[in-house]
Amino acid sequence: MQQIIYFIRKFRYFLLFLLLEIIAIIFTVQHHSYHTSKFINSANFISGGIYNKVNSVNEYFLLKSENKILSEENVRLKNLLEQKEIDYNEGVFSVIDSSKYFQKYEYYSAKVINNNYTKRNNTLTLNKGSKHGLTPDLGVINSKGIIGIVENTSSNFSTIISILNNNSKINVHLKNSNHFGTLIWDGEDYNITQIVDIPRQAKIKIGDTVVTGGKSVIFPEGINVGVIKDFTFENNQYQKINVLLFNDMSSIGYVEVIKNLQKIEQKKLEQQVNNE
Amino acid sequence: MNSSIGLNSVRFIGLVLLQVLVFNHINLFGYINPFIYIVWVFLFPFRKNKTLLLIGSFLLGLSVDFFSDSGGVNAAATLFIAFVRLPILKTILRRSDFDFLLFNLRLIPFSKTLLYITILTLIHHFIVFNLEYFSFNAFLSVFYNTIFTSVFTIILSVLGIILFTKKK
Repeated sequence: MQQIIYFIRKFRYFLLFLLLEIIAIIFTVQHHSYHTSKFINSANFISGGIYNKVNSVNEYFLLKSENKILSEENVRLKNLLEQKEIDYNEGVFSVIDSSKYFQKYEYYSAKVINNNYTKRNNTLTLNKGSKHGLTPDLGVINSKGIIGIVENTSSNFSTIISILNNNSKINVHLKNSNHFGTLIWDGEDYNITQIVDIPRQAKIKIGDTVVTGGKSVIFPEGINVGVIKDFTFENNQYQKINVLLFNDMSSIGYVEVIKNLQKIEQKKLEQQVNNE
Repeated sequence: MNSSIGLNSVRFIGLVLLQVLVFNHINLFGYINPFIYIVWVFLFPFRKNKTLLLIGSFLLGLSVDFFSDSGGVNAAATLFIAFVRLPILKTILRRSDFDFLLFNLRLIPFSKTLLYITILTLIHHFIVFNLEYFSFNAFLSVFYNTIFTSVFTIILSVLGIILFTKKK
């Protein structure tokens, strides 16, 4: 007993160091495994609050570009609306039965208060949280394309796994064919992501548009991702397909969070199939 | 005694805010973000309690982690350099019994200060990038990131120490 106490007294700094180092490593490992509840994230009261304050100042410098993006989106939506009218007029007269329409996706608007894009695993922080109806596993997009998936929420803030992250794997397909692939990021350039697992039958050309696939329950089908920049075809297989993103990941202001209202229903059905 | 605690607390908060609000968004040449907050570990008084230094640097790293969503990466690295700080300084000065009470980083020759900062910075950055990439395949990226980021961290921390500390 005496010796144990002596041992502890002699190596007390080393033992303290070891203890704290193990705690830090546990946090790190937890951080690298997707979907474990995390303690260290910027969606907490202090860091979220500070980011919010700083962002409300920085926002003024970006008003011009933010306005431009908004007006561009307005133009796009107005054009869509015009097309709708023509369709109505030319079509056969029909009664719109509102019970036949159902809402599958619900959109929330939120603001990015912290964004990083130079690290290997990048995350964003939003100024909305569970109080506003956000839960983990919701898709995040803006008018130009996809951004990421909600990872953690606190009552007022939430953190997003950016598509520029090792844990991010998003189902995508080519706009002109239905061959599915997975969007990943190799950590090199924040404007360029990669697609893997595309079947070799798929015909790919430089400049093809890539959109999200309908396979996931997180994103609706057909949200823009980017265009194919270059690719290599070796051993009868696509080796590396680079995709140039539509979004400039270094400057993201306002985003929309997508909630799939039929997610539970779809998951439940798929679970049944898997269990049989 | 009390002024030293106050000074270190202010330095702690100031460096964390400077790091997360300014230096995490520099993105020099596209990807270099110097970690200047480790200056706190360089400047922590040597005569002080070692336990306080270990816990302090753990919390320092953890606060930066909280802001940059990086798990415990910075905490692990900062804790490690806090632990090896004294043995490294003893090796550099080639003395085992230097005067703790009167020790001041500004009083030892500049080349030795630079060596001390360089070694600790390289160790810190190497651990940070290794834990961040978390893969042996990315060794080259880790290596380049360590070297380039260290250069800027060292320049900025030496300038900061020269400008903001007093030579008694």
